[in-house]
Parts: sequence; C-alpha cells; structure tokens
Amino acid sequence: MKEFKIAPIRNGTVIDHIAAGQALNVLKILGVNESNIGSTISVAIRVQSKKEMGWKDVIKVEDRELDPATVDKIALIAPDATIVIIRDYYIAEKFNVALADHITGLARCSNPDCITNKGEPVEPEFDVVNRRPPTLKCSYCDRILTRISDNLL
Amino acid sequence: MDFYDKDIVSIRDFTRDEIEQILDLSEVMIPYANGDKVKRPLDGRILGNLFFEPSTRTKLSFESAALRLGAEVIDVSQMSMTSISKGETLADTIRMVDTYCDVIVLRHPHEGAARLAAKFSINPVINAGDGAGSHPTQTLLDLFTMRREKGSIDGLNIVLVGDLKYGRTVHSLADALAMFGARLTFVAPESLQMPEDTVRHIGERGCSPRKTDCLEEVIDDADVLYVTRIQKERFPDPDEYQKVAGMYRVDNAMLREAKSDLIVMHPLPRIDEIAPEVDRTPHAKYFDQAFNGIPVRMALLCAVLGGKM
Ligand SMILES: Nc1ncnc2c1ncn2[C@@H]1O[C@H](COP(=O)(O)OP(=O)(O)O)[C@@H](O)[C@H]1O
Ligand SMILES: [Zn+2]
Repeated sequence: MKEFKIAPIRNGTVIDHIAAGQALNVLKILGVNESNIGSTISVAIRVQSKKEMGWKDVIKVEDRELDPATVDKIALIAPDATIVIIRDYYIAEKFNVALADHITGLARCSNPDCITNKGEPVEPEFDVVNRRPPTLKCSYCDRILTRISDNLL
Repeated sequence: MDFYDKDIVSIRDFTRDEIEQILDLSEVMIPYANGDKVKRPLDGRILGNLFFEPSTRTKLSFESAALRLGAEVIDVSQMSMTSISKGETLADTIRMVDTYCDVIVLRHPHEGAARLAAKFSINPVINAGDGAGSHPTQTLLDLFTMRREKGSIDGLNIVLVGDLKYGRTVHSLADALAMFGARLTFVAPESLQMPEDTVRHIGERGCSPRKTDCLEEVIDDADVLYVTRIQKERFPDPDEYQKVAGMYRVDNAMLREAKSDLIVMHPLPRIDEIAPEVDRTPHAKYFDQAFNGIPVRMALLCAVLGGKM
C-alpha cells in the first residue's frame, strides 16, 4: 500500500531519500526561515524507507523547483537524495542528486586560518575524500571540513 | 617528472619517484653548496623572497642556495607591508611580485597561502611555510639527511619524539617516511600525540606505527631519533610543561642505550630538547641537517627554473 503521510501536491518538488535527520539542514539549504516561506512546505522526519532498509527524511515544497546550485548543496549532506519534480500531480522529472569529486563554492572552509577565509578573490574548493557520509577536504589548507551543514554558503 | 616551472606547495603533491629525483639532484649539489665547486646555471635569474613572517633561517638558506647557483635574490618582503596596511589581497601582491622575479619563495601565516599564490603566479612558487600548513623544503631536507646518513630510508626504525600533534611539518614528514617504507614510532604524551587522521593516512601506506609516551622504551633499536620542540604555550600548567620537557630531554645518559650508529636530528632551533653534550657525539646530525637545507633548496631552484648542472 502506498502510504501518503503528506497530502499530494499539485506543483512543486519532493526531496526524497534524505539521510534520516538531515531534513532540517536541507531546509536551511532551501533558505527556509520564519521570514522566508513563500509556499507550503511539508517535512517528514524519520519515515520508513521502502527502497533501503531503514529510515529517511522527506521534504515536499509546493510551487518551487530547485536550481542546480541548491541541488548540489543537498548532495553535500544527503548524497542519496532523490529530487522529484511534480507538475499537475504527476512526476514530471526525477533524478538523484550527484556528489561531484571536486566541489567549488557551495561551502566555506571551517578552518578560520585558511587563506580562503581571508578575503582573497577565490572560491573555496574541496576534494570529496569520502562519499558516505560526505567528507570534504579543503584544496587550499588540506583540512577536513567539520560540520558541512554549518559551513554551507 | 620534469620539475621545470612547477610549484612546490606540499610534499603530498609528489610521488616517491619525484621526491627521489630531487634528493638525487641535491646530492649532486653538495660540492657546490659548500663552495668546493662553482657553477652558475641560474645566472641572470632572480629569486624573490616574499616573507610575511620573520624566518631568518629559511630566508637566508634560500638566499644562499640561489647565490650559489648564480641567481640574484631580491627581498620583496616589504610588499607584505602594503598588503597588510592597505588591505591588498595576497592574490594582488603575488601578481605584482611575479613581475619582479623568476621564482617566488613565500612564507605566510595563513594555511593554504602557497596554494593560492601558485594559482595567481605565472612563475613557480616555492612554499617556505604557510602557517600551520606545510613546509615542504623542511621535509625534503629531513628525508635527504636520513638517506644520506643511512644510505636508504627503507626499513629504517625512525622514532619521532616531542610535539607530534601541532606541527604540520612532522605530519608530512611522517607521511613521507611511510611512503619510503620506514618503520615509525611516535613518542609523545597523549595530549601531544600524532593526530588520528595522519595515523590513518600512514596506515593506508602500509605502515603501522608504534605509539608510546616513553622514549627509553624504544630508543634501543632506533636508527633515527627525530626530536621536535615542545612549546610551552601548549601547556596551561607550567609544571606540566616542565615534566613533559624533562621526560623527553635527550642527553648522553639516554643515548647509552642506543645503537652506536643512531643519528639524532632536530629541525632547530632547539631550546633544551637536546643537551649540548650530545653535540660532540657521532649521533649528532642536526647541524649537518641544517646544512642540507642548502643543497636541497639548490636542487629545487635549479629544477623549477630549468637550470642545467
Ligand atoms: N503528487 C505528489 N505529491 C506529493 N508527493 C508525491 C507526489 N507524487 C509522488 N510523490 C512522492 O514523491 C516521491 C517519489 O515518488 P515515487 O517515484 O512514486 O516513489 P519511489 O521513489 O519511492 O519509488 C515519493 O516520496 C512520493 O510519495
Ligand atoms: Zn581551507
């Protein structure tokens, strides 16, 4: 049986298969805060996943489709997430977020002494040294980025 | 590998073969480094020393290395004043300095500064230390000293003692030694031990280091004892510092337990990690190590500037 914990939406985006517990960080990436909610957003935290044995979070955003930079940021904290674009109640598009091997922009280095935090005209860059969970290493100072979700740009 | 026009930012950028290539060339440089022979393959080239932090030794040894090869040296460190007082970015400073010289030697307080400089400079950049970041020429001269004294690094028992936690140089040294097939022992109090991610990295190179807090326990089968400075600032409690510093002080009594051909190294300056009495023993190699900074830096300069020996 297909269980809809959340009412179907007409137009919008479903972010599915978010690593359990990461929904709030994904909301942060979506820029959701008390003064910036333009449409209905439903959040399900820790729901049973049919696909994988285990738990996941799901977010449904009405009347919004995500730009590529936002999708790339989601990949940094929820590398298994699926983006489902709903148009007129139907799934119009569905794709997995993709975590690249090398990340430019998107996050800042968590090392306060890193040259990329000193007002230089460069974007932070990272190598993805581990994919699950995503682990980023700064291409400048070589340090591992601690708490990616706190350092997203 | 052809080092011509390459930046020397981090030892991690190089394979074992590439490092050996530099060490081989350093060997060739020895008679030129001590003045026995004279050759000027870098005649007419200019090295720019850009030091945002005082570091007399590193600066002078690069200067000496360049002069030995016939290059000219300009000290563009005053450029750092404008960038600090007028808020100029390092990127812009580098683009200016790049027009004054053929190779830039950079010392900077911020980690990753050399990587950034290399991005903005057309000419090669050599990292002479970037904050707690890497200091590849120190690592190279350490490797060179061990290879020269021992013939080969493979299979050597190398004991690193002191502050293994905070010094990035000692992390890259440990990593490079693992790559060269050395057996490593880390001696430090728990609070100053080698960080886990370095140990893991070393493990990936097939090396499983021993860890202990007792130097006496491991000195007897060591081939190399590499001593690092323990900084007072790391200890909130001065008594604790005294205790730890005392525990790792190397003197002749301690060395009685050691192999006769053990070599003792130290990046210098030392405070009192090594007793002066050790200087007169055949174990003491720290001054030779300091001298080795010259041929190694000559080799790097020659290689990146395409000089022919
Ligand atoms: N009209 C809709 N409104 C809200 N959510 C929907 C809608 N259509 C599909 N979904 C949700 O989108 C996600 C992907 O759907 P589907 O491809 O059918 O499932 P799965 O990826 O689990 O096989 C599921 O979480 C589903 O509940
Ligand atoms: Zn960094």
